[in-house]
Amino acid sequence: MIEVVAPGLYSTIQDRGRSGFYALGIPPSGAMDRFAHDAANALVGNSPEAAGIETTFLGPTLRFGAFTVVAVTGADVTVTLDGVRVPLWMSQVVRAGQTLQFGTTRSGARAYLAVRGGVDVPPVMGSRSTYVTSGLGGLQGRALQSGDVLTVGHLLIPGTEPRGGVAVPDDLVPTYPTDLEIRVVPGLCDYRLTPESVRHLYSEPYGVTIESNRTGYRLSGRPLEFVGREAPFGAGADPSNVVNLGYPVGSIQVPSGTELICLLRDAVTGGGYATVGTVISADLDLLAQAKSPDRVRFIPVSVDVALAERSTRAQRLQRITWVATR
Amino acid sequence: MTDSASATRLEDGSRYSFGADEFVFVELSEEMSLQTTLRVIAITDGLRDDDVPGLLDICPAHVSYMLRVDPEVLDPRDVVVLLGDLHRRCGDSSELTIHARLIELPVFYDDPWTREALMRFRDRHQAPELTDLQYCARINGFNDSEELIKAHSSAPFIATFIGFMPGNAESYQLVPRARQLEAPKYLRPRTDTPDRALGHGGAFTTIYPVQGAGGFQLLGRCAVPVFDVDHRLPDFAGEMVLPRAGDIFKYRPIDHEEYLLIRASVEETSYRYKIRETTFDLAAFTVDPDAYNKHLLEALSDD
Repeated sequence: MIEVVAPGLYSTIQDRGRSGFYALGIPPSGAMDRFAHDAANALVGNSPEAAGIETTFLGPTLRFGAFTVVAVTGADVTVTLDGVRVPLWMSQVVRAGQTLQFGTTRSGARAYLAVRGGVDVPPVMGSRSTYVTSGLGGLQGRALQSGDVLTVGHLLIPGTEPRGGVAVPDDLVPTYPTDLEIRVVPGLCDYRLTPESVRHLYSEPYGVTIESNRTGYRLSGRPLEFVGREAPFGAGADPSNVVNLGYPVGSIQVPSGTELICLLRDAVTGGGYATVGTVISADLDLLAQAKSPDRVRFIPVSVDVALAERSTRAQRLQRITWVATR
Repeated sequence: MTDSASATRLEDGSRYSFGADEFVFVELSEEMSLQTTLRVIAITDGLRDDDVPGLLDICPAHVSYMLRVDPEVLDPRDVVVLLGDLHRRCGDSSELTIHARLIELPVFYDDPWTREALMRFRDRHQAPELTDLQYCARINGFNDSEELIKAHSSAPFIATFIGFMPGNAESYQLVPRARQLEAPKYLRPRTDTPDRALGHGGAFTTIYPVQGAGGFQLLGRCAVPVFDVDHRLPDFAGEMVLPRAGDIFKYRPIDHEEYLLIRASVEETSYRYKIRETTFDLAAFTVDPDAYNKHLLEALSDD
């Protein structure tokens, strides 16, 4: 049992997300930085489907009712256990009655807490992830509040023992720069952009604005222009409008050409603005750690690169799991 | 028409491209037509029947569709091979008849709540000096808002795209193209919209299932929910979401007083939706839309 003494700015229960409901308008949700979430799970010996807590900027204060093992990964943040600093990206034994307190992130935006066995809430549509917009999943479909009590589950990698001091190898601990290079597979409706604007999209820096959250990040920078046309029937008159269509997670749209929106794990699943490319899965993790006023440069890559980077990420996680279960 | 190198075409001219490593996006046409929508439904139904391992999500939209794969099981590049076949199989759809539910939805047009919300986002609107309703009336050639409300509420709409968020059903009015109401979306999306707001964008109307962001022009507010996370109302029958693709909606204008009465019955969970089972015959509709609608809507006036 874990008591939420203070909830932090915006802390939610997340796992790897839900699949199969996108056509109903239900996005996958799940940890914004999937790598950090998966790594935390592995460090405490959890099976991959276990849920943890995603924090945003200022994390929670939690009192533990029983002995367990935890790990904090993701954003660089000061975390203390009964006032003593605990290392990140490393498992940590917690005794009954101890209090874990998160500070404010120094770099990155989101930290991940895994508790051995996983945070247990009833799965909704196959996932414990919180989708706050529709009040689905997690703890009553909302962010954590003071006084909440969380139950711990039993989703473990068979044969693992509770132990502290299990660490992610140094070379696999990511850093979160304030100038990011984010790889994008061009496509979708990018034929709507002028060739010059396509060049700008992939050469100019775009700043992360404060209107950035789990649904999407809004970025400001050089405006983009659309090819002139007579609006197709049903699209609406603005050149950035299209007949409403599905939005991939990670897709970038440019309403009126003035502002970029990159949709993330709580994405709206479709709408009426032209999409011009999609951030590769591996780099969604990196983008999830960006915050205003960080700067992003988009790099065009092929779908082959997107798939290769996905495999690389999976291999890194396998190494972490190997270290944790050795 | 010129394409960038990133878009490729199937044999029938449909564009396809990859949404990075997890998504495949296919666009049959850039413009709306009921025929194309029905073809999208046929193609995506075909894909669903094929039960392809690793195909996680099949998302039909008005004139395009999107697939989500688990790349560890199904390489998105291999999906394209399937699609060429499927598009050939699903050629013509002009004679399609679909089973549909006819649902009446009571709407308070020009209500105080959406008016308050839209006034907060005038800086993102094409005509800051007008309300969304006045703006839509003007650009569609009506003398006033009342005429627009009459045009919007007299002929029914068919749900052609379920998406954006749970419960959202974008619907296309069953009138000839020359009489379609068209409106651009906001210049930049609002960050807030009341739940149950009735919005119109492009040629589509929707009811916002929950409070949140949005870019459609706001015309009114529906008295009854389309999304009920705890499925408290009897007609949700264990589902969270009321609308399904192919549903036909009749928006019935109501005043403030009736709005409050219906809200009260929703709050005490006694509200029953007026729902009739029906069929929609595209060929018969195309011959005489007004006569067809009149016949269609008779089912709602039987009590």
